[in-house]
Amino acid sequence: MDHSQNHIHDQSAANLCYQFGSDNPFLGMGIQQPFAPFTSPFGACSSTNIPHMDWDPATMLDNLTFIEEKIHQVKNVIRTMVDNGSQLPCRPGELGQQQQVVNADLTCLIVQLISTAGSLLPSLKNSSFLSHPPAGHTGIVKHVGSSSSFVPNELCSPEDYEELFKGFTDGAMEGGIEIDNVLVEELDAKDGDEGGDAGMDGEILPPGSYELLQLEKDEILAPHTHFCTICGKGFKRDANLRMHMRGHGDEYKSPAALAKPPRDTSAEHEVVKRYSCPFVDCKRNKLHKNFQPLKTILCVKNHYKRSHCEKSYTCSRCHTKKFSVMADLKTHEKHCGRNKWLCSCGTSFSRKDKLFAHVALFQGHTPALPTEAKTSSDQIGAVGSHQEPAKLPNSMGSSFMWGTSSGGNSALDIKGFDGCSDDFLSTVNFGSFNFSFGPADGFTGEPSGGSFPMMPSEHFQNAQKKGKN
Amino acid sequence: MAAAAAHRNNKRRRFSPAPGPTSATAPPLDSLADELLFLVLDRVAAADPRALKSFALASRACHAAESRHRRLLRPLRADLIPAALARYPSASRLDLSLCARVPDAALAAAPSGSSLRAVDLSRSWGFGAAGLAALAGACPDLADLDLSNGVHLGDAAAAEVARMRTLQRLSLSRCKPLTDMGLGCVAVGCPDLRELSLKWCLGLTDLGLHLLALKCKKLTSLDLSYTMITKESFLAIMKLPNLQVLPLVGCIGIDDDALGSLDKECSKSLQVLNMSHCQNVTDVGVSSMVKSTPNLLELDLSYCCPQVTPSMGRSLQTITKLRILKLEGCKFMADGLKAIGSSCVSIRELSLSKCSGVTDTELSFAVSKLKNLLKLDITCCRSITDVSVAAITSSCTSLISLRMESCSHVSSGALQLIGKNCSHLEELDLTDSDLDDEGLKALAGCSNLSSLKIGICLRISDEGLTHIGKSCPKLGDIDLYRCGGISDDGVIQIAQGSPMLESINLSYCTEITDRSLMSLSKCTKLNTLEIRGCPRVSSAGLSEIAMGCRLLSKLDIKKCFEINDVGMLYLSQFSHSLRQINLSYCSVTDIGLLSLSSICGLQNMTIVHLAGITPNGLTAALMVCGGLTKVKLHEAFKSMMPPHMLKNVEARGCIFQWINKPFKVEVEPCDVWKQQSQDVLVR
Repeated sequence: MDHSQNHIHDQSAANLCYQFGSDNPFLGMGIQQPFAPFTSPFGACSSTNIPHMDWDPATMLDNLTFIEEKIHQVKNVIRTMVDNGSQLPCRPGELGQQQQVVNADLTCLIVQLISTAGSLLPSLKNSSFLSHPPAGHTGIVKHVGSSSSFVPNELCSPEDYEELFKGFTDGAMEGGIEIDNVLVEELDAKDGDEGGDAGMDGEILPPGSYELLQLEKDEILAPHTHFCTICGKGFKRDANLRMHMRGHGDEYKSPAALAKPPRDTSAEHEVVKRYSCPFVDCKRNKLHKNFQPLKTILCVKNHYKRSHCEKSYTCSRCHTKKFSVMADLKTHEKHCGRNKWLCSCGTSFSRKDKLFAHVALFQGHTPALPTEAKTSSDQIGAVGSHQEPAKLPNSMGSSFMWGTSSGGNSALDIKGFDGCSDDFLSTVNFGSFNFSFGPADGFTGEPSGGSFPMMPSEHFQNAQKKGKN
Repeated sequence: MAAAAAHRNNKRRRFSPAPGPTSATAPPLDSLADELLFLVLDRVAAADPRALKSFALASRACHAAESRHRRLLRPLRADLIPAALARYPSASRLDLSLCARVPDAALAAAPSGSSLRAVDLSRSWGFGAAGLAALAGACPDLADLDLSNGVHLGDAAAAEVARMRTLQRLSLSRCKPLTDMGLGCVAVGCPDLRELSLKWCLGLTDLGLHLLALKCKKLTSLDLSYTMITKESFLAIMKLPNLQVLPLVGCIGIDDDALGSLDKECSKSLQVLNMSHCQNVTDVGVSSMVKSTPNLLELDLSYCCPQVTPSMGRSLQTITKLRILKLEGCKFMADGLKAIGSSCVSIRELSLSKCSGVTDTELSFAVSKLKNLLKLDITCCRSITDVSVAAITSSCTSLISLRMESCSHVSSGALQLIGKNCSHLEELDLTDSDLDDEGLKALAGCSNLSSLKIGICLRISDEGLTHIGKSCPKLGDIDLYRCGGISDDGVIQIAQGSPMLESINLSYCTEITDRSLMSLSKCTKLNTLEIRGCPRVSSAGLSEIAMGCRLLSKLDIKKCFEINDVGMLYLSQFSHSLRQINLSYCSVTDIGLLSLSSICGLQNMTIVHLAGITPNGLTAALMVCGGLTKVKLHEAFKSMMPPHMLKNVEARGCIFQWINKPFKVEVEPCDVWKQQSQDVLVR
C-alpha cells in the first residue's frame, strides 16, 4: 500500500511538473533541466505529431479503463489522507502537497473525460476542442496512449482547435477582457523585442559567460505559457492567470496569491541566460559561426516568427504586405493607405507635419485638398497605385485580433467553426463541458456568449472573401 | 416727379448739353473734367446720399457721370449684382451685407474682368467654393475679401480663395470648418496678404499657422483670436518682419511658457497686441514678454492676468512708446496700479473698467503721474469716491473721454468737478450716478461734447438739459435712459441745440410726448431713436420723425401703446433707411405690418405681444420683406404659421427667435426700478 502510494505520488508529481506546473515553462527549463521531460517515460513522444482519437470501440474501452484506474488511484490517495488525518496530525505542507497531487490528478481525469466524450460525439468528429499546449497535450496523450493506438486527425491542426477552444473560454469565462490582454501582450512583445535586439547587438558577451538555452519550435510557437492547474486554461501572462484563478476559490483570492511571484533570489546570482534559435543555419543558431544569441524569450518568439515562419497576416488595406507577427501588421496598418496628405506636386505623405514641412521647403507647392468625396478614389489611385480605399477596415482588424493563434489556416478554422457551431450551440452537447470546466469558472452553459464575439468578424471575413471571388 | 419730368425733357433734346438739377449755377456737365465733377458729386453725396439718385435721373450725361463716379455698391438683393455691376463698371467695392442669402449663381453672374477690388460677404451665406471660384475668375484684381461668419466655408472655399493671387486683405473669421490644409493653400496662394483674420477658426493648428508665418512675410495684421495657437507657432509668428497688429483674444494655448520663450530675435515691428481673455497668461508671462516687444503702442491685457502685481507694472516701463493700456477686469494687488502709474508715463488711454482692487489712494497716485491721459475708463470701479474724481479732474485736465458708469460712491458735488476742470471732454459716461442739474450746468463748459450718457440719473431735470442743449452744439449721441425727471421741454432744448444729433435714447422717460418727437424731427441726421416705454407718444409724433429724419435706421417703439398703423404707413413711405424696428406692445395691426414690410432694407424686426397681428398678416409681411435676417416673434405664432412658409423665409437667410415672455403692460417708475436693480446687485 505504502509503496503503491509512493508510486502514484511520483507519477502525479512528474505529471504536474510537466503538464501544469509550467507557470513559466521556459524559465522552468532553465532551472530544472529543461529537456528532462522529453526523456522521461511520460513525455518521450515528439510533440509535433499530436495524435487524435477517433471513434474506435477498442480505444474507447482502453480510455475508460484508464479513467477507471485513475479514479481508483485518486480515491486511494484521498483515503490515505483521511486515514492520516484521523491517526496523526499531518504537517500542513505535506497536506497541501497531497491536495495539489489530487488536484492535478482530477484535472487529468477531467481532460481525459472530455477527450473521450469528444470522440464519442459524431458531430465533433472533425474538431477537437481541448486547449493545451503541445507539451502538456502530449503528456496526457501519453498516459492514454500507453495502452491504446491513435488515429491522427489530419483535419485538425493543434492551432485549429486551440482557436476554437479559445473562442469558448474567452467568451464564457473572461467576457471580452482577454481581447485587451492580447493586444497589450503583443505590444509589449514588440517593444521588448526591439529593445532586446538593440541592446543585444551592442552587447558582446564572450561565449561561455552565459547559459545558452534553445527552445524547440513548438515551444516557441505555443500561444500560451501559463496554465491553470485546475481547468487547464492557458494564458499569455501570469497576471491574467492569477486573475483567472480567483474563480477557483477563495484561497486564490488572498493578497499573497494575487501578488506577483517574487523573483527567485537564487536566479539573480545565476549566470546570464541567452537563447539560441532552433533553426539550423540561422545566425541566431548556436552552431552558426557568427552566432549572436537572442536576449529574451520574447526576442526568440518574434525572431522565429519573423524569420522562419510563413507570413500569414496580410494587410487589409494594400493586400500586398505580409507579416508573421501580428504587432508588425498593426504597426503597418496604422499607416498603410493613410497617405491622405497630398501636395500639389503629387507627392503624398502619411503625416500632416511631413506635408507641411515639404510645402514650407518648396516654393509654389501647396497643400492639395483630399478632394471632394466623389473623386476621391480616382485621386488616390492617380497619386499612388499601391493605395486602395480601405474596405471594411474594422472587420479585418478585428478578425485578425481574434485569430491571433489561428495561424495561416483561418479558412479552415472558419469552416470548422461554421460546420459545428450549431451543434456546439445546443445545450445538450454542452452539458459535458459545463461539468468539466466546473461551475466555479462561471461557465454557465451559455455558449452563445462564448461564440458571439467571434461570429461577426468571421462573417465579415467570409463576406469579404465572397466579394473578392 | 420733377426729376422724372426733367429726364423726359432731356430725352427729347438729346444732343444739347444736359442741365442737371444744379444747372442754374453749374456749367454744362460735358465741359467739366471728371475729376471736378466727381468732387461735386462727393459733396452732394455727403450732404444727402439720396441726392445722387436725383442727379442720375436728371439727364443721360448725369446718369453716365453718376455711373462713373460711384465706387461702392451695396445691393439690397443678390440678384441685383449683375445689373449693378453692369451699370457701375468702375465700382471697386461690392458690399453684400444687406443680402442675407447670396447663392453661388449670384456670384457667378459677376461679369469677368470686373474692376472690383473689395467684396464683403461677411453677413451673407448660401455660397460655397463654386461661387468663390467664379468670383476669383471674374475679379482678377480682387484685393480685399471678407468672408467672416462663413461658418459653412471650409478648405474647399479656402482653396478657391487661394487662387486670388493679388489678395491683400482677407477675413476668414468664424470659418470653423477651415483646417490647416485650407490655410496652407491661402498662405501659398496669396503671398501678398497684408491683413488676415483667422478669428474663431477652431480647426487650425500650429502646423498651418507656422506655414503661414513662413509664406506670408508681408503680413502686417494677423487676427488669431480664439484659435488654438500654441508656443510652437507663436514664435514663428512673432518673427514676422512686418507684423504690427496681433490680436490674440482668448487664445488658451498662449501661456507664460510661450511668452517666456520669446527671444530677442522677435520682430520689433509689433505695435498692437491684444491678449485679453488669455486665461493662461499671468503677470510673470507679461513681464517676460514685454522685453521682446519694446515698440508696442497698444496693449490689451483685459481679463488676462489674474493679478496685476507691482513688478509687472514696473516691467511695462520697457515699452516706452505705449499709448493705450487696457486692463479691464483685472485684479490689482497692492501698489500694482501705483507701479503702472509711475512706469507707463507715456500712455494716453487707460482702461480699468470692472477691475477689483482699484482704491482711491492708488488711483489718485496713478492719475497724478499720468497727466497727459486723454481717455480714462473706470466703469464699475465701485470702491472709488470723491477723492479719486477730484484727483482725476485736477491732474488729467486734457481728458477727452471719461467713462465712469456705476461709480455709485461718487457724490453729485464731485461730479460737478468734471465739467469744471475737463473742458476738452468729448465723451462722457455717467450712467447710473448721482448726477444732478448742477453737474449738468458745469458740463456746459465742455463745448466739444459729442457723446453724453447720463441714463439712470434720476436727479436730472429739464433745467439741466437746457444747459447742455445751449452749450453743446456738437452733441451726436445722448442717452437719457430712465431719466424719469425729464419732460418735453428738456428734449426740445437738446433737439434745438444739437443739430448734429444722430442717436437719442429716451426709453422709459414716461413724460415724453409727441412734442419731443416733433422737435427731434428737425435733427435730420438722426438715425437711432429709442422711445421704448413712453406711453404718451403717438403716431402723430412718429410720423413727424419719419418725415423729418429720413436717415432713421434703428427705431425702438416697444410699449408705445398709442402708436398704430398710421405711424407705420408714414415709416414705410419715408424711412427707406430703416434697418431695425421693435414693435412689441404697439397697437399696430396687419395693415401697418404689411406696409412696413415694403421697406426693402429692413433686416431686424421684433414683433411680440401685438394684439392686432394675425398669423396670416404676419406670414404675408414676412414673405414680402425679403431682406430680413432676424425676426423675434412670440412663441405662440410658431404653431399658427404654416411651417413651409417659415421654411421659405428661413431659406432666404432669416433667423427666427421665438420669445416666450409673459404679457406685461405696466412700467415701474424709474426710482422703483433702480432700487430693484441695485437690490439685485447687492444680492
